[in-house]
Amino acid sequence: MSDVLVFQSASLDAGTAEASRVRPLSSAAKGERGVIVQVGGVTGATEAIHADELERRLLEMGFVEGAVIEVLHEGAFGRDPIALRVDDMRVALRRREAAAVSVRFDGIKP
Amino acid sequence: MTDAVLPPARVALVGNPNSGKTALFNALTGSRQKVANYAGVTVERKEGVLTTPGGRIVHILDLPGTYSLRARSPDEAVTRDAVLGRLAGEVAPDVLICVADATNLRLVLRLALELKAVGRPFVLALNMYDIAQRQGLRIDLEQLSREIGAPIVTTVATRKRGIEDLVRQVDQLSLGATPSDSVWHEPSAAEIRDAHREAQRIVKACVRPAERPDTLTGKIDGVLLHPVFGLLILLALLFVMFQAVFTWAAPLMELVDAGFSGLAQLVATVLPPGLLASFIGDGLIAGVGSVLVFLPQILILFFFILLLEDSGYMARAAFLMDKIMGGAGLHGRAFIPLLSSFACAIPGIMSTRVIDNKHDRLTTILVAPLMTCSARIPVYTLIIGAFIPQQTVWGVLSLQGLVMFGLYAAGIVSALLVSFVIRRVFWRGTVEPFMMELPTYRWPEARNVLMNLWTRVRIFLSRAGRIILPLMVLIWALSTFPYPPPGAPGPAIDYSIAGRLGHLLQPLLAPIGFNWQMTVALIPGMAAREVAVAALGTVYAVGDPNGGTVALASALQSQWSLATALSFLAWYVFAPQCVATLAVVKRETNGWLWPTVMFVYMVALAYLASLVVYHVAVALGGG
Repeated sequence: MSDVLVFQSASLDAGTAEASRVRPLSSAAKGERGVIVQVGGVTGATEAIHADELERRLLEMGFVEGAVIEVLHEGAFGRDPIALRVDDMRVALRRREAAAVSVRFDGIKP
Repeated sequence: MTDAVLPPARVALVGNPNSGKTALFNALTGSRQKVANYAGVTVERKEGVLTTPGGRIVHILDLPGTYSLRARSPDEAVTRDAVLGRLAGEVAPDVLICVADATNLRLVLRLALELKAVGRPFVLALNMYDIAQRQGLRIDLEQLSREIGAPIVTTVATRKRGIEDLVRQVDQLSLGATPSDSVWHEPSAAEIRDAHREAQRIVKACVRPAERPDTLTGKIDGVLLHPVFGLLILLALLFVMFQAVFTWAAPLMELVDAGFSGLAQLVATVLPPGLLASFIGDGLIAGVGSVLVFLPQILILFFFILLLEDSGYMARAAFLMDKIMGGAGLHGRAFIPLLSSFACAIPGIMSTRVIDNKHDRLTTILVAPLMTCSARIPVYTLIIGAFIPQQTVWGVLSLQGLVMFGLYAAGIVSALLVSFVIRRVFWRGTVEPFMMELPTYRWPEARNVLMNLWTRVRIFLSRAGRIILPLMVLIWALSTFPYPPPGAPGPAIDYSIAGRLGHLLQPLLAPIGFNWQMTVALIPGMAAREVAVAALGTVYAVGDPNGGTVALASALQSQWSLATALSFLAWYVFAPQCVATLAVVKRETNGWLWPTVMFVYMVALAYLASLVVYHVAVALGGG
C-alpha cells in the first residue's frame, strides 16, 4: 500500500495514480478492498487448467468485472489461500488463481 | 382411478451448493427416499417420492449442487445431463425446481437464466426465506417471477414451510406448461459476463438490500479462520472427534461383537458340526460381524462430518488445511476423506466424491488406505503388547503408546509422501484450482442431520454388504477346502488352499523375517486386517481365537524374534490387507486399473518397509 501513498503524495496526475492502484488480486493483503477491473487475460506461465477455463470458473463464482471485493482472511502458511468477500458472498481462493483477477484497490479497512 | 387420469410426475431439484437443497428434498419426500448410483457413473442418485393432496405420485430427483450447467465434475455432468434429458437410463424431468438461498440470489439467478434456456418448465424455490426476512431483505416476488419467467415459491425447508405451495406449483406446471426446445449451449466467458449483468439488473430491480445483513458469520470467521486460533480450534475439534470415534464407539462395538459371537455360538450348538455350521458360523456370521463391528465408529464419524458440513465449518476446515494438503499435491477437500479413513478406508474412499477433479480424487483414493484404520488396531495392540516392554520414556510417555503413535505417524507421513510422488509421476502440473464458497454459518437441524446420517449408513451397509459378503465367503472357502487328511497333526488351515498358498509364498516373504505361520495368516487376513489376529490364533492353535489374545501373545513371544514382530508391524502399516477396500476402489473408479495400481504399490511399500525394518532390527541385535 505504501507505493500508492507515495504516488498520491507526489501528486502525480490522476491517471497514473489510478493505474498504480490496479494490481493482481494475488498480491492483496488482509483488509484490502477494491473493485474487480479484469478477470482472465493475465495468464501465469504454469497455468494448470486452460486460461479460458479458469476465467469461466472465476466468473461463475462471482468474480466479475465491477464486483466489490475485500480480503477477509489469509491462510496461516504463506498467507495462502485467501478468503474474500465478493459482493455479498464469501469465497476462498488460492493466490495462484487469484493472479488471474485484476483489482483496483481503494484502500484498506481500518 | 386418479392414477389413470394423472400419470406420475418427474421432478428434479437443481441448485447451488449450500442452498439447502438436500433439506428441501428431505422436507418434500420425508423417509420415502432411495439411494443408488446413476448407470455407468459413480455419482450418487437420490430419488424420493411424494403424493400430492390430489393423490398424484411425484418422483423427485435430488441432483448434485452446481453453479452452472457447464459441468466441471462428474457430479455436475450428471446435473447437466439430467436437466437436458440426455442422461442414459433416465427419463427427462417434467418440471425442474431451482432451489435458491434467498439471502444470496445473484449466483442462482444466473443458473435460473440457464434453466430458462433449457426450456423445461421450472419453479424457483426461494429457500431460507425466514433468514432473508429476518435480515430485512425485501424481494419483489411478482416482478422477479416476471423477470425469470417462472413461478416463485418461498420456502423454509427446515421448518417445512411453503412445501405444500411448492407441491401445488409443481403439480400445475407438470400438467399445464409444455416444454419448449432447448436453446442451451455451454456458455463462453463473454456469455457468462452477460448473464451476470442480466442477473445484476434483475437483483437491482427486484431486491432491496438487507437492512440487517448477517454479521455473525464474519465475526465467527474472525476466530475460526484466524491463522493461529483457527488451526488450534480445528485441532481441538479433530481431537474431540477422534476421542468420540474411539471411546464412544467402544461399548457399542463390543455389543456388536458379542452379538455376532453369540450368534456364532448359537449356530455351533444348534447345527451339527460340519461344513454347514462352519459356513454359517465362520464364513457368514464372522464375515458380516467383522465389517459390522465398525458400524458404530462409522456412525459417529459421519455424524460429526454431517454436523461440520451442515454448519458450514467444513469449507473452513478445507481452507485451513489447503496449504498443508496442497504441499503434498492434495486438494483441501481431501482432508475429510483422509480423516474418515482413520476409522475405515471404505467410507473415506466413498466420501472422495466431494472432490471435483478426477486426478485429485484418484490421488486421495490411492493414499486413503495408508491412514491407520481401526482394523489395524487389534493387530497393533497384539504385537505391541507382546513385544514392546511396558516402560516409560522420559518419565511420562509409555513406550507402547509411543510405538502406537509412531505407527499412526508412519501412515500419515507415507500418505503425504505417496501423494506427492503420484503428483510428480502421473499428473505433473495438473493442479486443480481451489475455489470454494464459504457458506453462511447455520445451526444444523437435528432432523436433517439424522435423515442424512441414516442415508449414509444405508449406503455403507448396502455397498459393504454386497461387496464384502461374497468376499468373506470366498476367503472362508479358501481357508477351509480341502479338508486335512484324517489324523493330521497340524491345524486344519494348513492343508487348505490358503495354507498351501501361504507355504508357497513363504520363500518370498522369508527375507522380511516372516515364517510360514505368518504367511498363512495373511491370506484370511485379506478379508479384513483384524482377521489376521484370529488367523494367527488358528495357525498357532491356541484354543479359542476370539478370547485367547493373551495366550496368543505369549505364543508369539516364544515363536517370533523382535525383528520379525517389528517387520510384521511395518507390513501392516502399508500392506493392502483388505479386499473390501480394493473392491470399493474398483467400484468408485469403474475398473480394475486403480485397484491394481493400489495393490501393487502398497505391497511394494510394505515389502520394502518390512525388509528395512527387519534387517535394521537384526543388525541391532533384535534377531
